[in-house]
Amino acid sequence: MDKIRGRVWKFGSNVDTDQIIPAEYLVTGDPKKLAGHAFEKVRPDFAKKVKKGDIIVGEENFGCGSSREHAPRALIGCGISCVIANSFARIFFRNSINIGLPLIECAVEATEGDILEIDFENGRILNTNSGREYRFKPLPDFLLDLLKAGGIVEYTKRKLASN
Amino acid sequence: MYNGMTIAEKILAKKSGKKKVEPGEIIEAEVDYIMVNDVTGLPAFEVFENFNVAPLRDKIVLIPDHYVPNKDVPSAEQAKAMRIFAKKYNLPYYYEVGSSGVCHQHMIEKGFAAPGRLIVGADSHTCSYGALGAFSTGIGSTEAACAMALGNLWFRVPESQKFIIEGKTRKYVMGKDVILHIIGDIGVDGALYKSMEFYGSTVESFPLADRISIANMTVEAGAKAGIIPPDNTVYEYLKGRVIGEYEPVFADSTAEYIETFSYDAIEIPCTVAKPYLPSNIAPASELGDITIDQAYLGSCTNGRIEDLRIAAKILKGKKIHPNVRMIVVPASKEVYEQALEEGIIKVFLDANAYVSGPTCGACLGGYMGVLARGERCISSTNRNFIGRMGHKESEVYLANPAVVAASAITGRITDPGEVEHG
Ligand code: SF4
Repeated sequence: MDKIRGRVWKFGSNVDTDQIIPAEYLVTGDPKKLAGHAFEKVRPDFAKKVKKGDIIVGEENFGCGSSREHAPRALIGCGISCVIANSFARIFFRNSINIGLPLIECAVEATEGDILEIDFENGRILNTNSGREYRFKPLPDFLLDLLKAGGIVEYTKRKLASN
Repeated sequence: MYNGMTIAEKILAKKSGKKKVEPGEIIEAEVDYIMVNDVTGLPAFEVFENFNVAPLRDKIVLIPDHYVPNKDVPSAEQAKAMRIFAKKYNLPYYYEVGSSGVCHQHMIEKGFAAPGRLIVGADSHTCSYGALGAFSTGIGSTEAACAMALGNLWFRVPESQKFIIEGKTRKYVMGKDVILHIIGDIGVDGALYKSMEFYGSTVESFPLADRISIANMTVEAGAKAGIIPPDNTVYEYLKGRVIGEYEPVFADSTAEYIETFSYDAIEIPCTVAKPYLPSNIAPASELGDITIDQAYLGSCTNGRIEDLRIAAKILKGKKIHPNVRMIVVPASKEVYEQALEEGIIKVFLDANAYVSGPTCGACLGGYMGVLARGERCISSTNRNFIGRMGHKESEVYLANPAVVAASAITGRITDPGEVEHG
């Protein structure tokens, strides 16, 4: 996950988990099945048009609302490679890191369809359309290790093995 | 200079075996309980089976509430998975439909929630137990599975904010109005990643029910936890309920809060949050003519006996407006029984309200009260996001149970003061 290049889906502030995956579909945890309903009520074309590697750019408080891990799972199922936002709701943040969906806290100016290049190691985002570059603070080591391990499941397996 | 710790910091320090923790620090702490419900359970069980270990039986609480009694085949499969998991590992804390209710109410009634405890739950409103002086917070299913195997979990120590509410409240103003008012003030991300601590004579005079409404909705301001220092109200409630021992934790006098907010209770009116954010507030009396199709009384925010009592007092001898259906959902079996005993259920039935058994039901747009396109609901729940209770073009207005009852009578959003002598 050192470098990513992808196309932007632009969202605003307070994108809540009911928007990301409506409650009526919480009858499966399968990312692929959830993916088909992602943003169904607010962006009906999203699930059809999203491509593997695409990037979501939000503004403040992305992922607020319920603790449903189905939200980041649906995004993983859609092939989203990273979510960038000025700030994230905390349970969404935890869930995403824990299941291996990279998140970046950074105020990036981008419009729908722009192509971003993300360099995780050096904490840089380039908007290839505007030519502007943004810097972000990498995650704390503990969380980077979790992401690198592939999420909290692998981390837990290692811990159980060493106990 | 030595700075003291807030309640949140003290509990996290104690549970991670440290003398002191600082905001921003990432720690691993031992949790007292891990709760999952029927929606968040199945993904957790699937992850858990990867570990090939026995679960920590005494820490796990399984409460089906979101889609039970099951609304369709997939939800029945989910609930069944929970039953199978409980049997397979012989888990002591599984609660079958009919014996429990909305997960958070049940966690409190059955004595899992207690002062000084660290409780996680795969449901965002797990923060409710802060009303009893616990540090409790919502987590995801995957990490719930990990905690079931390890007994601990990573936490970022949150910064703490202090909220002081002083003085007597106006008639019909409840804990719900206080927290809506605060969310309106600081915004839906005003407490992002933080712990909100509540102090002052207003909070101290509130019964536990109102304190739970306050702690419950702290997540609507983005908070990680919402904590009220425990007192006699809490200790009395826990007598005969609490599982095991507990140790109250209080903030040091030198504790550091990144912000302090003060409110005068008398200035807080019966408050309504308009669509589509809990922060979009207005006084109930100033909304004008907003007609409603549905009035919903229930949920972990306001489905307790105190909530049903105040609604019944307003509805007694009256009828629901012919253009409105009112749905009453007691938050638990215990609440239901108590309401039956006090004759409250009869008051609702006489008024033409529909009364169901405990469930999350329509609170999350699940079933039993889902809204059609263009419909509007006044609701005692906690979220009014787009499509939260049904169609994306339906609307949810959040309010306290007295406002819900008054509005059910008039057919439009109404301050309870308006109907009391009608
Ligand atoms: S009552 Fe509503 S808010 Fe509470 S746990 Fe159930 S769905 Fe969530």
